[in-house]
Amino acid sequence: MNTKFTTDTKLESEIAYFENINLKLESGDLIDSFKLAFKTYGKLNTDRTNAILVCHALTGDQYVAGNNPITGREGWWSRMVGPNKPIDTNKFFVICSNVLGGCAGSTGPKELQNGSDIAYGGNFPSVTIKDMVKAQSLLIESLNIEKLFSVIGGSMGAMQALQWAIDFPDKILNIIHIAGALKHSAQNIAFHEVGRQAIMSDPIWKNGKYFENNEVPERGLSVARMIAHITYLSENAMHRKFGRKLQSRDIISFGFDADFQVESYLRYQGKSFVERFDANSYLYLTRAMDYFDHDETFRKNVEFSHNPNKHLKYLIVSFTSDWLFPTIESKIIVNQLNSLSREVSFLEIDTDKGHDSFLLEEPQLDDVIKGFLTNNFAKIDG
Amino acid sequence: MDKINSIRKDWSLIETLIAEDRKILDIGCGDGGLMEQLENNRNAITHGIELNRDLAANAIARGFNVVHGNAELDLFQYSNNSFDYVILSQTLQAMMKPKDILSDLLRIGSKAIVSFPNFGHWKIRLQLLLSGKMPVTESLPYTWYDTPNIHFFTIKDFLNLCNEMNIVIEKSIGLTSKGRQFDISESVTGVNFFTHEAIFLLSYKNFEPIKIKSSKKVFAKNSVIVN
Repeated sequence: MNTKFTTDTKLESEIAYFENINLKLESGDLIDSFKLAFKTYGKLNTDRTNAILVCHALTGDQYVAGNNPITGREGWWSRMVGPNKPIDTNKFFVICSNVLGGCAGSTGPKELQNGSDIAYGGNFPSVTIKDMVKAQSLLIESLNIEKLFSVIGGSMGAMQALQWAIDFPDKILNIIHIAGALKHSAQNIAFHEVGRQAIMSDPIWKNGKYFENNEVPERGLSVARMIAHITYLSENAMHRKFGRKLQSRDIISFGFDADFQVESYLRYQGKSFVERFDANSYLYLTRAMDYFDHDETFRKNVEFSHNPNKHLKYLIVSFTSDWLFPTIESKIIVNQLNSLSREVSFLEIDTDKGHDSFLLEEPQLDDVIKGFLTNNFAKIDG
Repeated sequence: MDKINSIRKDWSLIETLIAEDRKILDIGCGDGGLMEQLENNRNAITHGIELNRDLAANAIARGFNVVHGNAELDLFQYSNNSFDYVILSQTLQAMMKPKDILSDLLRIGSKAIVSFPNFGHWKIRLQLLLSGKMPVTESLPYTWYDTPNIHFFTIKDFLNLCNEMNIVIEKSIGLTSKGRQFDISESVTGVNFFTHEAIFLLSYKNFEPIKIKSSKKVFAKNSVIVN
């Protein structure tokens, strides 16, 4: 495989170009050439055994730690990844790539179609979690890493980690699967559909061709983000944070301004999201999550895999207040793995912070991830 | 004996019952102490299940395969005969349905190791006889209203249950309250009186298939078709 690597100084990212590779997608469509934007942290050891792939969630990107030049803020998991952090970059070589279909430098609807000066927009082929993982596996291969020590992710990242365990078990040693499930539930699809409808009902969306006039369907995308954001929290967390407190006023306005703090917060979340995320990408990636379904097949895939997978270790973590990917979904995975006598650990962390807990201050999550990685690495490192 | 010492003693006795290189499920594994001991001294492959969230988190952080869960609800997930040994240390008396748990242990494991405090110990009998109140002792240190131990039983009760369930006692170790160790089966008289804590290695009775000739098929005693 002939992969070209460059550095994009504006994006502060490495870019891997896979040319004339004819990546066959699950839908049957072909992408002849594509690129992945990625970041690495720490150093690959001489035996090339300390590589960890971190998979980002729906609206994440490759900027897992350090500065994110798109937002001007710290990376999305900088509390977890870095020197002496739970995923310790003094010890591990951490890779994070923007998913196929994303909008932070990897091939996706925002990028120009091969050999033309028009962006894909709605012409971008449908991608699935399996396709994202296939693309990642090509990246790992071209970095000359035979085996990843670990694949780690929360939410859509957990879906990718699970997909790695199914498709490439021989290329990994363990996965850390946080706040995920074997399938995207009907309720989750429903919330995504509301978000997509918000975008597609925005007159500026224009069947995905808004970029032709240099416009952005801001209203639709921000409403999509607002509804999604509600699902990432919990009732208790919202109550604790906002209650019924009023925003910059002492009395209600009897109008439709953002009287309440929670409204103002959601509006802010929507507004800032529009500045960093592509609306078409949001449509494609939510769809990829909707299509994720290993409910009937996971157990059989693990049991009858043609790739050796008995060595795999699984760490499954859920949160008590996560109603998007509730504990029961994680327990289904754990039960199936235990029924096959696989090496699985499971912890339900007690928190009121909802689905987003994996991105937030949760000391028990830090301890478990750090210990799991350190102790299991010691076993292979001798 | 304090609680910690008693558990350590329990562990080292459990270790003597376990062969090398076996696959073990520790129910109520705490932070993985026994699992660690068996991995180090018996080269065991260990799995654990623990109800307490913090203990389970500690065990996972120490690198053990531990599932945070409830033994009374979650044992169904383990397949038949998927472990060589299943260990239940000092918890049978705290289970809602000890009989169901016992049969689950021997469904999952070829052998089960069960340890428990003997309610038939003379000190306990004496306390109840003399004071007329529910006994409170070193190994059963709780008052009746806040005890996690909801099913009290003696060695005799346990042996009767095993008999009823066709469970064979392969080995048994008794401990007196002074920590003296003896083989329960060898000292028949007074064993239920002097044993403070008991550890049993259990397995199911092996039924010899009795071949009954019928016209075509051969049946085993428990009516499974053998051939």
